[in-house]
Amino acid sequence: MRFSGLRVLKEGLTGNKGWRPHWRDPEPKSDYDIVIIGGGGHGLSTAYYLAREHGLTNVAVLEKGYIGGGNVGRNTTIVRANYFLEGNSQFYSHSLKLWEGLEEDLNYNVMHSQRGLINLFHSDGQRDAFARRGNMMNSQGDDAILLDREGVRKELPYLDFDNPRFPVYGGLFHPRGGTARHDAVAWGYARGADQRGVDLIQNCEVTGIDIENGKVRGVQTTRGAIRAKKVGIVVAGRSGQVAAMAGMRLPIESHILQAFVTEGLKPCIHHVVSFGMGHFYMSQSDKGGLVFGGDLDFYASYAQRGNLPMKEHVMEAGMALMPMIGKAKVLRSWGGIMDMTPDGSPIIDKTGIDGLYIDCGWCYGGFKAVPGSGHCFAHLIAQDRPHAAAEKYRLDRFRTGYGLMDEEGTGPQHNLH
Amino acid sequence: MRITCPICGERDIREFTYQGAAVALDRPDPEAGDEAWDHYVHLRENPAGRTRDLWYHSGGCSAWVVVTRDTVTHEVFDTELAEEAKA
Repeated sequence: MRFSGLRVLKEGLTGNKGWRPHWRDPEPKSDYDIVIIGGGGHGLSTAYYLAREHGLTNVAVLEKGYIGGGNVGRNTTIVRANYFLEGNSQFYSHSLKLWEGLEEDLNYNVMHSQRGLINLFHSDGQRDAFARRGNMMNSQGDDAILLDREGVRKELPYLDFDNPRFPVYGGLFHPRGGTARHDAVAWGYARGADQRGVDLIQNCEVTGIDIENGKVRGVQTTRGAIRAKKVGIVVAGRSGQVAAMAGMRLPIESHILQAFVTEGLKPCIHHVVSFGMGHFYMSQSDKGGLVFGGDLDFYASYAQRGNLPMKEHVMEAGMALMPMIGKAKVLRSWGGIMDMTPDGSPIIDKTGIDGLYIDCGWCYGGFKAVPGSGHCFAHLIAQDRPHAAAEKYRLDRFRTGYGLMDEEGTGPQHNLH
Repeated sequence: MRITCPICGERDIREFTYQGAAVALDRPDPEAGDEAWDHYVHLRENPAGRTRDLWYHSGGCSAWVVVTRDTVTHEVFDTELAEEAKA
C-alpha cells in the first residue's frame, strides 16, 4: 500500500475501509540468514537498510515487547548534527543527510521538521567554545551560525535575557536541526523492512545466544530456537544483559534519563532551544505539548522512572531561562534506560565472536542516530567491514586508549557524561 | 531514593555523589596488564537487579559508602562504610 494525498482523499470518501496494517505479524521461522535482536529504532532501521542497500531479506527482527514501545517512542525527538570531534561529526552529518531524504525513501510521513536548533551561551568562554564548535560543523559541511544577543532576541523573544545569574550572551544556531515524530520513525522503518520481506517478530524475548567454536549459530527465544548465520545485538539499555548471553562484558552502564511533556498549548516555541547553564532543552510538539528534558539522574538504574532531584533541576532551569512556561501544567514524565559508555560516544563493531555484531552505547543521543546507525550497522553486518561514517566507533578503544571521542572533555570514565 | 549513611543515618539522595560500581574495592595491581585494567576501569556487569556501588557522602560526613541496592526498584538493602567493606 503506497501512501499519497490521492489515497487519503479516496479513503476519506469511501469510509476509510481500505487501510491495512502497516506490517505483518509473522510466526518466527526456524532459520534466518540474519537475526537482529531488538526492534527499536536502530534495529528496525538496520533491517530496513539490510534489505534496501544490500538485498538481504531473509532477516528477522526480534522484539521482546511491541514495535515502538521502547525509547524510540519516548524521547525528546531532537534531530541534529552539531558534534565537534572527528568520528562523531562525520557520523551525525551522515545521519542527518539520511533524515533529509527519509520521508521520500520510506513513503512515510515522519514529520521531520527542520525548525532550527539554538544552543544558548551565557559567558565569554562559552561563546568561544561555541564559535569553535560552529566552525567545526561548517567545515564538516553542515550548518552553524553564531548569533549574538540581539540575533537570539529576534528568534526567541521570550527568554529571560537579563537573568542576573545567567544572562543570555548569544547562541549557536543550527538551522537544519529540528525534530521528528518518533513513533512514525519506528513505524515507517518497520513498514519499509516488512515490505521488503523482513520478518518483525514481536513479543519474542531472546534468552540465549548459541555459540559453537567461536562462531554464532543462532538464538534461543521465548518463541523457540532460531538458527542464524549472523546475529546483530542492538538493544540499547539492555546491552549488558544480552551481551552477557554471549559471555561478553561491555564498557556500558545503564542510567536513567528523564523527559517531560506539558498539556497542549498554542504554538509559542518555534525552535529546539537548549540552556547553556543547566540541563534543559525544549521544543513544542505539533500537538502543542512542550517537550523537554534534562540530564541523567547519574546513578545506574533500570527503573524507567526518575527521582525528584533531577525533576526539580530541570524545572528550575526552565524557569530561569523562559519564565513564561511557569503556568503550563506538566502532563507526564518518564525515564528511559540509556546505555552509557565511558566517553559518551557509541559503538558499532564486531565482537570477537564470528558472526556476532553489536551496536550500542548511544547514551542519551540515540534518536537522531536512528537512520545513520541502522545504515552503518547494516553495512557492517552485510560486508563485514565498517562503514566509513562509523569507522571510529570501535569496541576496543577503551582498552587501547586510542580513538576515544569524549565530546564533553570530562574524561573517558563512567558516570561523567 | 534515600540512603542510610552508616555514620549519619538515613539521608536524602541529594547529599550523596555517585561514583559507580564498587569495583574500586578491588583495584588491580599496577602491573596487572591492560586487560585487567580495562576490566577495572571500563567493563561493567551492569546488572538489572541487585548491585553494589560506591557513594560519597559529599553533603554530609564525607564517608565513602558501599550501597547494596536494586537497580530496577531503587530499593536499598544495605549500606556499609567502604573502609570496613574493604577490610
